[in-house]
Amino acid sequence: MSDHKNSAVTEAAAIRLENVEKTYAARGDNGAVTALHSVDLAVPEGNILGVIGKSGAGKSTLIRLVNGLERPTTGRVIVHGTDIAALSERDLRDQRRSIGMIFQHFNLLSRRTAFNNVALPLEIAGLSKAEIRKRVLPLLDLVGLADKADRYPAELSGGQKQRVGIARALATNPRVLLSDEATSALDPETTAQILALLKKVNAELNLTVLLITHEMSVIKAVADRVAVIDGGRIVEDGETYDVFTHPRHATTRRFVSELTGTALPDHLLARIGPIPAPDKRALIQLTFKGEGANQPWLSILTRKLDMDLGIIQAKVDHIAGKPFGTLVVSAAAGRDQLVALQREAATLGLETEVLGYA
Amino acid sequence: MLDILTPQMAKLFWDALGQTFYMVAVSGLIGTLIGLPLGVFLATSQRGELFAAPALNAAIGLVVNAARSTPFIILVVAIVPLTRLIAGTSIGTAAAIVPLTIAAAPFIARIIEGAIRGVDQGLIEAARSVGASPIQIVQKVLLPEALPAITLGLTLTVVSLIGYSAMVGAVGGGGLGDLGIRFGYQRFMPDVMLAVVLVLIVIVQGVQSLGDYLARRFDKRSRH
Repeated sequence: MSDHKNSAVTEAAAIRLENVEKTYAARGDNGAVTALHSVDLAVPEGNILGVIGKSGAGKSTLIRLVNGLERPTTGRVIVHGTDIAALSERDLRDQRRSIGMIFQHFNLLSRRTAFNNVALPLEIAGLSKAEIRKRVLPLLDLVGLADKADRYPAELSGGQKQRVGIARALATNPRVLLSDEATSALDPETTAQILALLKKVNAELNLTVLLITHEMSVIKAVADRVAVIDGGRIVEDGETYDVFTHPRHATTRRFVSELTGTALPDHLLARIGPIPAPDKRALIQLTFKGEGANQPWLSILTRKLDMDLGIIQAKVDHIAGKPFGTLVVSAAAGRDQLVALQREAATLGLETEVLGYA
Repeated sequence: MLDILTPQMAKLFWDALGQTFYMVAVSGLIGTLIGLPLGVFLATSQRGELFAAPALNAAIGLVVNAARSTPFIILVVAIVPLTRLIAGTSIGTAAAIVPLTIAAAPFIARIIEGAIRGVDQGLIEAARSVGASPIQIVQKVLLPEALPAITLGLTLTVVSLIGYSAMVGAVGGGGLGDLGIRFGYQRFMPDVMLAVVLVLIVIVQGVQSLGDYLARRFDKRSRH
């Protein structure tokens, strides 16, 4: 964990959380609740960092610290060199203009048209009507809603509403965009479009994006870096590809298996055991990634070792543009042959794990 | 019915209508001027809210509740000294406006509070995230978003005030209700009473329809 973090800090970090703790005071019959425990996190300038966690893991609190909607109990929250946690409410309001935010339920004003929703941050900043017009129209164009300027939110689809939300968040030319489960209320196709738009504004405007989600597919689609949060702690973080291909924490493994589908089917799990037997076949999981995924390694292995391999389960995915996959094979193999297989596989850049015998 | 078709009776009706309109309009207007900020404050000053002041919130809530639980006719006579202080007299249409206003303001405050509490918390968060100050949040988010509910609430207030205004005959306030009591009941002219009730039904119906129409116009939450 520490080496990943160091590599992030050496680049210019747009957002940095240092030893942040957030405790909600006791209220009535409820005792004090600690939502975040000594959180350290850095988002390099221009990166998209995704924080993934289940509901109640503390991700909502974490993202709200960055624009001061919540204040940490201890620790520092630094955005482009300014300690957000130390600002007065008035200074914080100015600072928020350089930090855009989009929401799961869009949070558009129902009595304002798309145009006037995007205009809201500019009105608040005190711009003239002419200046507002000059700014809003290109923004609506950027998010593909130039023809919907005079529509009210109720007349727009979920995806269009989130586009308005994105345009509003970008209105004051922020350098940081916070995304709070922005696609969780959308269908998969619309989700893909919104994520593509986030990626586009990230690239075109050199925007640093911090997003929180409970969906691995969102991380996979857009995040350069990922942080896994569980029980108010960051349990793992680093480059998305590294974290996905080498998950170390149990929570990360659960999220990764949800994506790559490496969990065996129930009927096999019921039969699998740790002890080899003459009537049982070994189940071996091969993990391939990067360049290794492009080689014809399955036929190389079978030819070299003269082994017959049956395919039990296979999944190939692309994370951050690089192939990544797992293959579970069965082999009628003795101990020596398995050792030879593992050695050969290692030379091809594959990782092997004997899952058991069934 | 012939009794009420005399020119004298027509003039009485016309004057009474004018007095009712005058009392309801002025007390509704001043009541709104007092009730609106009170309602906004009540809706935004509990612990953790925009203008957090829990103690003051509780105190104002108490006063509002006390004013609302006093029966109107008791309020009218109980505040006669105050009425005299403000209106210079305790009798007449102008004097009747004082108790009407004092009854309307807390009613409106609660209505505004309810309407504002109905606004999605997420909108407040969105406004804060773009750097809005608490005042700007009230101006640009809470009041505009609550406008349909406020419109319906104020319609209800006006209808209630029309009803209350019938009681201020007790202090010589005049108006349609007073006309109905004095002529219809005390002088045994049931057709006057009936005519008064019919006119009131028409007025209330008109007010309610206008309120419903405006609230629908203001509400953009459903497709048209």
